[in-house]
Amino acid sequence: MKATPVPNLVDASFSSESSGLGHQVTGGLDTRHGTILTLEDIGVSFDGFKALNALTLYIGVGELRCIIGPNGAGKTTLMDVITGKTRPDTGKAYFGETLDLTRLSEVEIAQAGIGRKFQKPTVFEALTVYENLELAQKTNKSVWASLRATLTGEQQDRLEEVLVTIRLAESRHRPAGLLSHGQKQFLEIGMLLTQEPQLLLLDEPVAGMTDAETEFTAELFTSLARKHSLMVVEHDMGFVEAIADHVTVLHQGHVLAEGSLAEVQANEQVIEVYLGR
Amino acid sequence: MNQPLTLTAARTVGPRWTLGIAAVALAILIALPLLSLLPNDHPLQVSAYTLTLVGKILCYAIVALALDLVWGYAGLLSLGHGVFFALGGYAMGMYLMRQASGEGIPAFMTFLSWTEIPWFWAGTQHFLWALCLVVLAPGLLAFVFGFFAFRSRIKGVYFSIMTQALTFAGMLLFFRNETGFGGNNGFTGFTTLLGFPIAAPGMRALLFLLTVALLVASLLLGWQLARSKFGRILTAIRDAENRVMFCGYDPRGFKLFVWTLSAVICGLAGALYVPQVGIINPSEMAPTNSIEAAIWVALGGRGTLIGPVLGAGIVNGAKSWFTVAFPEYWLFFLGLLFIVVTLFLPKGVIGLIRKDKET
Repeated sequence: MKATPVPNLVDASFSSESSGLGHQVTGGLDTRHGTILTLEDIGVSFDGFKALNALTLYIGVGELRCIIGPNGAGKTTLMDVITGKTRPDTGKAYFGETLDLTRLSEVEIAQAGIGRKFQKPTVFEALTVYENLELAQKTNKSVWASLRATLTGEQQDRLEEVLVTIRLAESRHRPAGLLSHGQKQFLEIGMLLTQEPQLLLLDEPVAGMTDAETEFTAELFTSLARKHSLMVVEHDMGFVEAIADHVTVLHQGHVLAEGSLAEVQANEQVIEVYLGR
Repeated sequence: MNQPLTLTAARTVGPRWTLGIAAVALAILIALPLLSLLPNDHPLQVSAYTLTLVGKILCYAIVALALDLVWGYAGLLSLGHGVFFALGGYAMGMYLMRQASGEGIPAFMTFLSWTEIPWFWAGTQHFLWALCLVVLAPGLLAFVFGFFAFRSRIKGVYFSIMTQALTFAGMLLFFRNETGFGGNNGFTGFTTLLGFPIAAPGMRALLFLLTVALLVASLLLGWQLARSKFGRILTAIRDAENRVMFCGYDPRGFKLFVWTLSAVICGLAGALYVPQVGIINPSEMAPTNSIEAAIWVALGGRGTLIGPVLGAGIVNGAKSWFTVAFPEYWLFFLGLLFIVVTLFLPKGVIGLIRKDKET
């Protein structure tokens, strides 16, 4: 299968200013060729077990990509490679045209504009909903800046906006630890929103959500795409069908098939992997 | 459920009656040294013994507060804060020894038949340099230790064990005569501070007031930190360090800052402790001392700042009464106290007060 055709949906806010410059982060991300994430020939092995094997994947600017695959296909390892948690043994990983993800630390990658939502909702339980969003918010994140940080009016407006979007405005002063599972999922999505990353990695975002919540999440993600690029790992096929432009099927650490959900579902190999012989 | 710590702090100081109690406590602490200046036969006179005892407990309270900053907020349980306290004390002790020996060299060096003062004693006859050492010695040790520990992502019980080893190693090092700090006798026999007799009532009162000032300043600084975004990030690191990294914060810098700050506060407390108590020796670095400090914090209520101060007061107050009344039962009582608090007061004494208020 060919690599993804690049959707022509580039958001002006971060692509125009960066064209033509060869150097790093400062200013904006260099996405000249419309690709926000480039993974080529990635290999990761743990004690001889190949978690990822010659994996090649491109994600376009503004695209919403779903990654599916059976358990152990390497989905979480893939996210770990992109966020710097795991270093690949072989291969190239670029964010935009110039940022080499294999050389940056987890913190640098987060600051460069990749946000991640974990499989198990992870929020700061002792802090309130509002404080959770505030911590995630895009700003100077050094020690000195944090010692003297106060919220500007603009930042407060943004937090209010996100509180309404994730439907937690009523619970703003509740400790996050008291929220229901689904609310924690939304809070974590909200934290990604205030973080304003250009690429969002979401690991099973609708796990444990009710049908209504799932539906709302689908709407939310669809509205996020174009301004942001999203990579969603999900098992819920109904959800995938509702949101995906493109689907990538992983199997045993490499890409088995790529295309629209219908194409992928018709693929002989995919059927074999999912249904067994 | 875990209450947000910033809220806890705000609630404990917020209500008017709490402020009232704090004002009374502060007034008593300021009155004590003044009353000690009264003539001996005056009914309100406070004895030098009482003043020294309370001054000593205040120094411990500052240690408890410093430990709470790293344990209660950043979740780093240090079982080695005694080493920072002792280093501050030793730095001050070096100056006091030089004062006591005048132009000559300190007596313990003469016993070792040393003829020259070792290089690291250079400049300690100057009070200002001694003050710099009070901050630098614990601060640098904490910075270097923290830098490597946090870089290697050592946390939880492993971190606690390493801090315990650190203070134990420090104790063994200072026990050696060749280290140049008086071996197991440490420093004692102080005479003057800045030329004034160290045991004079006026000097005692002054040292006491300085200790009160340091305690109040540390409390205010602690509250300021806890209320800032920095404090919330520490709490976040304690609860979900990975998430903090993926939010774009580097936890190492935050931990290192609060860890070093805590060590410096401990060092300052040690520097005020030594002239009041009149002795510093390596047993201050004994692992049990540092563990006891953790008990003060747990008993008072961690993550509340004022709680650990109360905890240090309660435990040490009980200790000085018990060791006079029933000397052989003190350790049993301490153990019992710790068990009772762990079982029935998970939020410490402060948790008890707050519960009463809510019902």
